[in-house]
Formats: sequence, C-alpha cells, structure tokens
Amino acid sequence: MQDDRSVYIMGLGVTDPKGVFGTTVGLEKKFGSKRVLDMPVAENGMTGIAIGSALVGMRPILTHQRIDFMLLSLDQIINNAAKWHYMFGGKMKIPIVIRLLVGRGWGQGPQHSQSLQALFAHIPGLKVVMPATPYDAKGLLVSAIEDNNPVIFIEHRWLHNTLGNVPSEKYRIPLGKAKVVKEGKDLTIVSSSYTTLEAIKVAELLKKYGINIEVIDLRTIKPLDIDTIEKSIKKTGRLIVVDSAWGSFGVAAEILAQIAERAYHLLKSAPQRITFPDAPTPTGWALSNHYYPQIQDIVNSVRKMLKLNQQNQKHPGVVAGIPLDVPDATFKGPF
Amino acid sequence: MKTDKKTAVALYYYMLRIRMIEEKIAQLYAEQQMRCPVHLCIGQEAIAVGVCANLLKKDYLLSNHRSHGHYLAKGGNLKQMLAEIYGKQTGCSRGKGGSMHLVDLQAGILGTTPIVAGIIPVATGVAFGTQMKKKDNVTAVFFGDAATEEGVFFESLNFASLKKLPILFVCENNFFSVYSPLAVRQPKERNNLALAQALGIKADKGDGNNVLEVYALAKKAVAAIRKGKGPYFLEFDTYRWREHCGPNFDNDLGYRTEKDFLEWKKRCPLDSFEGKLVRGNILNSLEINEFKQDIRFEIDQAVSFAKHSPYPQSREMLSDIYAD
Repeated sequence: MQDDRSVYIMGLGVTDPKGVFGTTVGLEKKFGSKRVLDMPVAENGMTGIAIGSALVGMRPILTHQRIDFMLLSLDQIINNAAKWHYMFGGKMKIPIVIRLLVGRGWGQGPQHSQSLQALFAHIPGLKVVMPATPYDAKGLLVSAIEDNNPVIFIEHRWLHNTLGNVPSEKYRIPLGKAKVVKEGKDLTIVSSSYTTLEAIKVAELLKKYGINIEVIDLRTIKPLDIDTIEKSIKKTGRLIVVDSAWGSFGVAAEILAQIAERAYHLLKSAPQRITFPDAPTPTGWALSNHYYPQIQDIVNSVRKMLKLNQQNQKHPGVVAGIPLDVPDATFKGPF
Repeated sequence: MKTDKKTAVALYYYMLRIRMIEEKIAQLYAEQQMRCPVHLCIGQEAIAVGVCANLLKKDYLLSNHRSHGHYLAKGGNLKQMLAEIYGKQTGCSRGKGGSMHLVDLQAGILGTTPIVAGIIPVATGVAFGTQMKKKDNVTAVFFGDAATEEGVFFESLNFASLKKLPILFVCENNFFSVYSPLAVRQPKERNNLALAQALGIKADKGDGNNVLEVYALAKKAVAAIRKGKGPYFLEFDTYRWREHCGPNFDNDLGYRTEKDFLEWKKRCPLDSFEGKLVRGNILNSLEINEFKQDIRFEIDQAVSFAKHSPYPQSREMLSDIYAD
C-alpha cells in the first residue's frame, strides 16, 4: 500500500478494533480512511464495486471474515472478475485480491468453516492461493496484490496463530510455484495451507522410523504446479494428497487425475486422498472432532501405502490433553 | 424545454443511425453469419441517444445485453461492433464477446454484460474508482426494469448514495423481462423513484420515446452529478419492437398483444421526432434522405469490413485467460 497508491483494502470489520483477526489493525491510521475502509453488508454488490474500481486503475483487496459470507458474491467473481479480461479480448484487467478466511473448530459449523478452494480453482481466469507459513503468507500476498488478475487468497484461521520469521522488507513468492518443504525418497505428500503443517509433523514423526517423506506445499492451488509434483513422484513413486476440503471433485481429486494421466507409469501404488468426509461440517465438538482428518490418519495412510503394520489409534476427541477443536492448548475461544 | 436546432438534428441523426444499423443487423441475421444472440433495441433508441448526448467522450458507459444503441450513441466504433457480432478478430472484443460484450475504451465504453443487473455494481465501482483517483468523469449505466428487482441494484444505489458517487443510473422500462410482464414481477404499488429517493438519490421519470424529454432530464441529472451532488436515477418507459432476442417479431407468441405493439409503434421515437422537426422547418425530406444515404454508406462499409475481416486463429481460444 505504501508503494502503490491505487491499492486499497475494503471489507467488513477492516477498520474495527479487532481488524479482521488482527490482520488489518493500524492500517487505517497509516493509510487513511479512503484506502482502508469498512463497507455495507452487501457482498455481491461490493465485489462488483471493487471490480469496477479496478477497471479504472485501482487495485482493491476485498476481505471477508469467513469464506462462507462471500458466497453471495459468486456472481460477480465468476461472471465478471474471472472473465472480464477474456471476454473483452484482453483489453482490460481486473487486479483484485479477495481474502477469504476459513474457520475451523470451536463450533464454527456448517456455515462458518467451509473450504471452497476447488470451487474457485474450477473457474478459468481465477488464481487461488493458500499460504501455509507466515513467511509465505507475506510473499504470496505481495505477489497476489501485484498480479493483474483476480486472486482468491484463502487464509486458514488456525494459521493466524502460528509464528515464523517474516522479514520486514518487501519480498515476493511467485504464484503458481509449489515448494518442496521436506525432501524424502519413500513417498510424496502434497498439502496446502494448514495441512502442510500436519504433513510436516507426519514427515518428522516417520523419519524416526526410517521413513523419508517428501512434503510439497502447493502454496498456489491454481495455477497448479503439477510439474513439481510429478518430479517428486519420479523419485518416490507414491502419492498422498491431503486437502482441507471435501474429497469429491476436489483439489486432491484433480491432482490424482493429472498424475494418473501424465505419470501413471511412475506410480508404485494407488495414490490416496485424505480429505473431509462428504458432509457439511457439524458444529458440536463431539462430531467435529471426528470430521477433520488427524495426523494419525495421514500416518495410517502412509503405513498402508508402504505396507507397514497398521497402527490404528483412533482418537477419542482429545489427544495429549488437547481437545481437537482448538488450534493449540492456549486457545480459549471463541473465534 | 428548448433544445437548439443543432442538438435537435443531432439527436435525430443518431437515433436514425441506430435504427438503420439495427434494421441492417436484422436483415443480415438470416444469412447465419452473425452466430450469436442479438438483442435489438429498435423502438428504444431515444433513451440511448438522449442520455448519451449529455455525456462527454471521457465519461464512462456500461450497459446490459441490449446495448447496441448505448454503444453507438456513446460513440462506439461501428466497424468493430459489427465485426464482433460476426465473431471476427477485428471485433471490439476480438471475437470473444459477441453482441452482448461490447467495449470501446476510446469512447469510454468499459463493457456490456448480459447478467441481469450484474453491470450495475461494476459501474458503481467505476464511479468509486474515479472518485478515489480524483478524476471528474461521469459514469452512466443502463439497465432494464427487471434489473431493479435484483439485490445488487439496491446494494449499488445504497453505496453510490453513501459515497456521493458521480454516477447516472438509467432504467429502461420496456415492461417485459424476456416474456415475463411487470405484473408478475412487481407489485403495482412499486415506485422505483421512491426507492431511489428513499436512499437519498435524486430521481426522475420520463417518456422514453420522447427524445427531447429524455435529453432534458438527462441534462439536468448529468449537470447535478458534475457539480458533485452525487448519483442520479432516471427511469424511462419504452417498448421493444422486435423479439427479446433475435431479428424477428414475436407478438404471435401471445405474451403481449398485437394491439399493444401497434399502440407503441404509433409512438415511434424516431418517426414522431422526425415529424416534429419537419413541421418545425428544422429538417426537410431532402436533408433526411441525405442523412439516410450517408448512414447507409457507412453501414455498408462497416458490414463489408466485418464480413471481410479474418476470424481469430483457433489458438486464440486459449489466450487472454490471464492478464500478464
């Protein structure tokens, strides 16, 4: 925002004392209320307004505190933002970032915790970004803001609690490039956003048992960096995709399909998906505890693929004293 | 309201031009070379011309699926429009948009789209963007009666009023959404002017088949917007002559009566104004014939350009998905 006066941020609660879970606190004071603004509760209209402003040179960042709220604006995103550049023969561009927060746990329930990356990734013209680490979040956000296309920027609520080194200077992480975050030769786990943290834990856990997992963090869902995944499978021959979303017709399904089409001969065993069950997210913690795949589920899948002994410890809802509906032991709720 | 002769003649000329272009499209459509939907605005020309006569080249225009008239009245390039309808590489959207996606950045036309009301918030955002950039362009957006039933119509008016945006909302009420009449869509008590006014927006209504009335109301509205007084809403009643989509007449379908159609046809915006100009000795039949000859020549050239232009290469199907 400092470097480009056409960048502005708009969304419900952007200027309120809590500042969208702290992510926009202080921005209004720094950049003024013309560039940092709250808005009417009119998601579709305001998305169209952001698009229109982009047509005359603005670079809006639209923020929704829950991905579920923005469903009202699918018309503007899919019919206009995604297609404007194409349907007018490349004459105009829509540089807009739509920040979407995904909730999880503490009773977020059916309409506060959906993961809809596949929905957006399906639409030509959109880019979809899902950072996993604080470092990536900044670098990818800078790239998203500077990109001349509509970018759906999905932030997992639990990642807001993670800590990491973030340089104060501006840096960019290119969109459309996955990152090998752990090198290994036995099996490839492809993950994104919060599931990358889980995949890393699994890799670290299994390393003790002599199993070397390669973890690929997608960082960008679309454009999908299938080359990096294929390169890894050349080495490991085994693929598990962990996606924090419904399995059917999802990102994990797409990756499996693309690998099956172009690298079937490299696979030593049938690839696997680890995803949410095809059901809305239940609110009550007794149910939601069993809804989200756990680290143990990933471990079990790895063991099965490597034909090792099964260790099917099904969690009862509390692991090592921490309930599964909170990101860590310090969390007291509500979101 | 007095309109000077020069303006009156210009209003007539541009209405005549739109009418002749639309009729040419209707005539050529049967050749099966314009392979996209066309929503002709024959019968509704006065609104486009009366409003756009008050806009400057730098002002912005956005519109809906029935936008040929708006595009032409704002100064959109005729050759590129016809080439676009023919799906040619030289079309204004390089063959990717067709009749429903017209654009001419030189003329301030930022796009037309057929999702009912979907263009209204985009236009509102254009006005918001110009305000943020401290520019003085006025934005005008055209939409039909059905668009006022959509949520974004209200959302856009609310925001435009909140930020005092320099935008002119123009509703063309032709009484039908495809074949659905107003009576099945809106309570008879409904009053769009009152809706706009309730949001703090000045609003006027006029006869959409009377170009002088349209011109006068739009003049007042655009002047107020230019003075920084915020948005303005105008509603005009009019009537679409041809079928909802396509070159033919469709009164035989039974969704409206031939009698209604003939009543409205008697109130043809072009013929009635022509009569007025001739009676007032502002134009004579010789001059009118000269106009027609000039326009016919222009249309023939544009049609020839469109027909002889190359189609886009098939690989262009996969270009322009992302901007660089």
